[in-house]
Amino acid sequence: MGKATREAYGDALRDVGAELKDIVVLDADLSKSTKTNVFAKAHPERFFNVGIAEQNLMGTAAGLAAAGKIPFVSTFAMFAAGRAFEQVRNSICYPKLNVKIAATHAGLTVGEDGASHQAIEDISLMRSIPNMTVIVPADAAEARRAVEFAAKYKGPVYLRLGRSSVPDLFDDSYVFEHGKAVQLADGTDLTIIATGIMVAPAKKAAEELAAEGIKARVLNIHTIKPIDKDAVAKAAKETGAIVTCEEHSVIGGLGSAVAEVVVETTPVPMERVGVKDTFGESGKPDELLKKYNLTTADIVKAAKVVLARK
Amino acid sequence: MAEKLTAEQVTQLEDRARSVRRNIVKMVTEANSGHPGGSLSAADILVTLYFAEMKVDPKNPNDPERDRFVLCKGHAAPVLYATLCEKGFLPEEELLTLRKINSRLQGHPSMKDLPGVDMSTGSLGQGLSAANGMALASKLDGRSNRIFAVLGDGELEEGMVWEAAMFAGHYKLDNVTAFVDFNGLQIDGPVAEVMSPLPIPEKWAAFGWNVIEIDGHDINAIYDAIQTAKTVKGQPTVIVAHTVKGKGVCQMENVADWHGKAPTKEECQLFLGELDD
Repeated sequence: MGKATREAYGDALRDVGAELKDIVVLDADLSKSTKTNVFAKAHPERFFNVGIAEQNLMGTAAGLAAAGKIPFVSTFAMFAAGRAFEQVRNSICYPKLNVKIAATHAGLTVGEDGASHQAIEDISLMRSIPNMTVIVPADAAEARRAVEFAAKYKGPVYLRLGRSSVPDLFDDSYVFEHGKAVQLADGTDLTIIATGIMVAPAKKAAEELAAEGIKARVLNIHTIKPIDKDAVAKAAKETGAIVTCEEHSVIGGLGSAVAEVVVETTPVPMERVGVKDTFGESGKPDELLKKYNLTTADIVKAAKVVLARK
Repeated sequence: MAEKLTAEQVTQLEDRARSVRRNIVKMVTEANSGHPGGSLSAADILVTLYFAEMKVDPKNPNDPERDRFVLCKGHAAPVLYATLCEKGFLPEEELLTLRKINSRLQGHPSMKDLPGVDMSTGSLGQGLSAANGMALASKLDGRSNRIFAVLGDGELEEGMVWEAAMFAGHYKLDNVTAFVDFNGLQIDGPVAEVMSPLPIPEKWAAFGWNVIEIDGHDINAIYDAIQTAKTVKGQPTVIVAHTVKGKGVCQMENVADWHGKAPTKEECQLFLGELDD
C-alpha cells in the first residue's frame, strides 16, 4: 500500500508553500486529519484555523483570493462541498476567485464515521458550478502533482482526497496534464474509465479480464471537469462499450460526466460502477467497498454486462 | 484627536448623498425592480466612506493598496452603483441599465462585471467573511489599507455572519470596520418581529468587537465613528448605524413594503421632487 492522497496533499502543500509565498492555508478544526498541519508546522505564519465554521472558511478564502492570495482550504468533503456549497458557488466560483478547496475524507472509505461523513455527492455538486475545476487524484504521486498544478492554476479548484491508503500507481516522474485522461492499459473490447481510489481496482479488473481473453482499455480520469472529451469519445468509438468506476454516487459524478460525452458523440452501451443512490454506513473501508459493490470483482462483472449489450 | 469635517465638507457630502438618492430612485424605477428602501437607508454611509475616507481611484480600480468595500447586503446594489457613479467609476446614463440584459449593473453586485465592485455579494451573510479575508491578506502583506463592510440588520439573522464576527475578533482584525445598517425592517416586517437579532451592539461586543452606535444619517457622526475605528488597535470595529428605511422619500420611510418594490413613473416624479437640490 502507498500513502493516502491526503498524506500526499499535506506534504505537497508544505513544499509548494515554500516556493509560493502567496499560499495561505485555512482549515476548520480538522488540520490533523486533512494534513494541513504539515503546512502549518512549516509555515505557521500562513496558516489559519477558522474553527468549526465551514461557511466562513469558504468566505474568508474568497476575500484572501480577492486580495491576491492563493488560499488552500481544507475540511472533509462532506462539509466543503455540502455544508458550504452555496459559499463555494456564490463567493468563490461566481467571481472566479483563486481558491483551492482540498476536500479530504471523500467517499465511503471514511469508514467507521458512517453515512453522515461519507460524501458521495461532492463531485456532482462541485462539477455543476460554472468556473469550477474538479480533480480526483488516484494515488499519492498524482495527488502531489495535482496540488502543484492547482497552486499555479488561476481559478477555483476542487481537489477530492481520500482518508485511506491507496496502492501506488505512479512514481515521482509522473507528469500531471490538466484535463487529460491517462491511459493505463490499451484494449479493443471495452474501456474501463475510473477516477480516484477506483483506478487501482479498475486496472486489476482489466488484468483479470485479459486472463479471460477480454481486452479492456483503462483510462484514469483525474480531471472530471473539464473532462477529456476526446479520450472518452475515442474510447467509445474504438472499443464500443464503457464501464465507469467511482467511489461516489452513480448520479452526477464520473459516470454521468462520461455519459454526457458519450451520448453527445458516440452512443455506446455503458455501465456505471458506483454507489447506487443510497447512503453508506459505518464499517471498515474494505468492508464498505465490498458491500456497496465497488471492488475489482464488481468492475469485472460490469464489464461482462456491458459486453453482452454491445 | 482625529480631525473633524468642516461645515462646508458636510454640506458637500449631503449634496452628494441627495444626488445618490435621486439616482437610486431613478434607476430602480427604470429597472422596474430592485431594492430602494435599504439602498436609501445606507446612502449617507456609502457617501461618507467613498468621499471622505476611502482611498480608491476610478482610474486604477484594482490598485492592491486601495481601501476595499464589501456591500454584504448586496440587494442594496443601487446605492453602491450610484455612489460609484458619483465617484466616477461609471457614467450616469449607465445607471439606467440596472438589472437589464447585458448590463454591468447586475441585480446584485458582481466584481467581474463592474470595476470598483470589490466583492460579488447578494446571498446574505457571506460578505463579512470576504472582508475578513481581505483584511487578513493586508495584514500578511503589511499593507495599511482598510476594509469596510455594510451589513443589513435582517442579515444578522444569517448564522454565517457570526462565524465571521468570531473570526475577526479572534484574529484581531482591527483593519476591518463593519457597519450595520440598522433600519429595523426586513422583507416580511420589523426585524424584531420576524426574527429578532436584538440586542445588536451587545452581540458584536460579545464577539470581541469595538462597538460604536450612531445616527446613520448624521454625516459628522459617520465620519467621526470611522476615525475612531482607525484608532482602535487589536479589535475590529462595528458601527451600528441607526437608519430609516427609505430615508429621504417620506412615502417610503419606515415602510417594509419598499424593501423590494420599484416606484411607478408617477411615484418617481413625486419622489424626485422631494430630493430636489
